Amino acid sequence: METTRKPYEQTYYPPVPTKFTRHMRTNLLWQLFRFLVINVKMLRMVRKH
Amino acid sequence: MSRLLILGAGIAGHTAAMHARRKLRRPHEVMVVSPNSRWNWIPSNIWVGTGVMTPDQVTFPLAPVYRRLGIPFIQARAVNIHPEGNPEEPRPHVVVEHTGGERAGQTERIYYDYLVNATGPKLNFDATPGLGPGGHSLSVCTWGHAAETAEVLKENIARMKKGEQRTFLIGTGHGLCTCQGAAFEYLFNVEFELRRQKVRDKARIIWISNEQELGDFGMGGMLIRRGGYITHSRVFTESLFTERRIRWITGAHIREVAPGQVRYETLEGEQKEQSFDFAMLLPPFAGVGLKAYDREGSDITDTLFAPNGFMKVDADYSTKPYEEWSPDDWPRTYQCPSYTNIFAVGIAFAPPHAISKPLFSPAGTPIFPTAPRTGMPSGVMARQVALNIADMIHGRAEGAVRTASMAHMGAACIASAGNGTLKGTAVSMTMYPIIPDFRKYPDTGRSLRYTTGEIGLAGHWVKHALHHAFIYKAKAKPFWRIVPE
Ligand SMILES: Cc1cc2nc3c(=O)[nH]c(=O)nc-3n(C[C@H](O)[C@H](O)[C@H](O)COP(=O)(O)OP(=O)(O)OC[C@H]3O[C@@H](n4cnc5c(N)ncnc54)[C@H](O)[C@@H]3O)c2cc1C
Repeated sequence: METTRKPYEQTYYPPVPTKFTRHMRTNLLWQLFRFLVINVKMLRMVRKH
Repeated sequence: MSRLLILGAGIAGHTAAMHARRKLRRPHEVMVVSPNSRWNWIPSNIWVGTGVMTPDQVTFPLAPVYRRLGIPFIQARAVNIHPEGNPEEPRPHVVVEHTGGERAGQTERIYYDYLVNATGPKLNFDATPGLGPGGHSLSVCTWGHAAETAEVLKENIARMKKGEQRTFLIGTGHGLCTCQGAAFEYLFNVEFELRRQKVRDKARIIWISNEQELGDFGMGGMLIRRGGYITHSRVFTESLFTERRIRWITGAHIREVAPGQVRYETLEGEQKEQSFDFAMLLPPFAGVGLKAYDREGSDITDTLFAPNGFMKVDADYSTKPYEEWSPDDWPRTYQCPSYTNIFAVGIAFAPPHAISKPLFSPAGTPIFPTAPRTGMPSGVMARQVALNIADMIHGRAEGAVRTASMAHMGAACIASAGNGTLKGTAVSMTMYPIIPDFRKYPDTGRSLRYTTGEIGLAGHWVKHALHHAFIYKAKAKPFWRIVPE
């Protein structure tokens, strides 16, 4: 199976996250903040009709 | 006394029943007919399908809840609607066939003053030869299917642990499927599970879908602000696939599922094959096949239902090209135009057209997602319809006043991408409006402020919170009302 992206293949073109971006996805402090943001956004969504 | 009869106890029917019972003064009656004795939080079937949850964790028996709420519950399947009554029962009524207990197999007539059709989809596996658990592929659409799928996944993992290579094919099993989000979620959860079980290097994972491009999700894709750009959801989704080393086949209509192999046609007109060891492919949806008859017994199914079996409501069903589609085509009150005491909500109503652009292969095969109707809008429209009916019964309104058009409604969708309190992730998407409005938002079709997408642990927490909150609400426990639809 492929372990790296190969030129001209399907997976060569899309952006991939940097180590920092990946780290932030499970960084507790940042994700606690995002948890609040997502909840507020979802509640706004429910109210918007 | 008036009777509101609700067909179906899924997300839409159960929500309608709870709100109607809350609002309707007695002796007005709310009655529910549904063939399953258990309520299912369908979004969590994804976790049943990977073995992370058991069916008992995503279902509960309905009868005790309805008993407590004072809602008569009949475990039966609606078969025919007689909106004008007939010589045997002059009042409007539904013929049902019991599916549980001593009366299983017996039919009964149940009269109504108001009817809500919330029967959801028929999982139309027959549309593709060999598709589905009765054929050569798997499904996660019901908790039973999901539990079987988890067993097959377990066997495959065991074989990979012994050193075998396996190919996983996940996606949509027909050119006109919807609900891509569910298959996408399952795909990411399988990938996560294979990593967790340390067999990822033994697996080739392939996504196959009728979307023209990744990230369409049956919503025509969406544009979001990301990293200083306005980016299409295709870029975001392709990035997620690339990161997980998942290959994708898009614009595909599966013609046949043979043992270990699918044969498919592409939008470019090619006929191709793909082999697999494990295939979870969603079926297309149709209406559940209710029939309707007038007073004289003539078949009026075509009056009440669209050819795909979904119920016609206050939408604009005239045939028009994609360029002329308008947000106004979409229903507002979900009232049946031919019989104003009938409503259809959730997946049961007939959408006026797709949201994604209809595309055809050179041979004329339609290959595009049909319109999804996800949990949140299903719940919102069910509540509005229930409140409208309560008002009409109480004489507070002459017609349906509250609206719930998908063209003026937002949706939030959380797609789990892996489990674990500290390691799990989920894609969180919000969009407003669900139906793009290019008059109001000329470049993007949707508000960039309210249309967003991100992946992270927070989404996973939200997904878990929603699982518990919605099951709590569906059990009608104290203060259930504060949990929004
Ligand atoms: C695997 C999967 C994952 C999903 N994940 C998400 C998600 O994360 N977020 C989201 O928003 N949506 C999700 N969805 C979509 C969501 O489940 C649907 O939008 C929602 O269930 C629609 O509600 P409904 O009440 O219209 O249909 P259903 O929930 O399917 O309910 C239909 C009800 O009608 C009953 N019924 C069927 N036939 C008859 C009959 N003849 N007479 C009487 N009753 C009948 C059924 O037994 C059932 O009780 C997912 C769907 C699937 C399949």
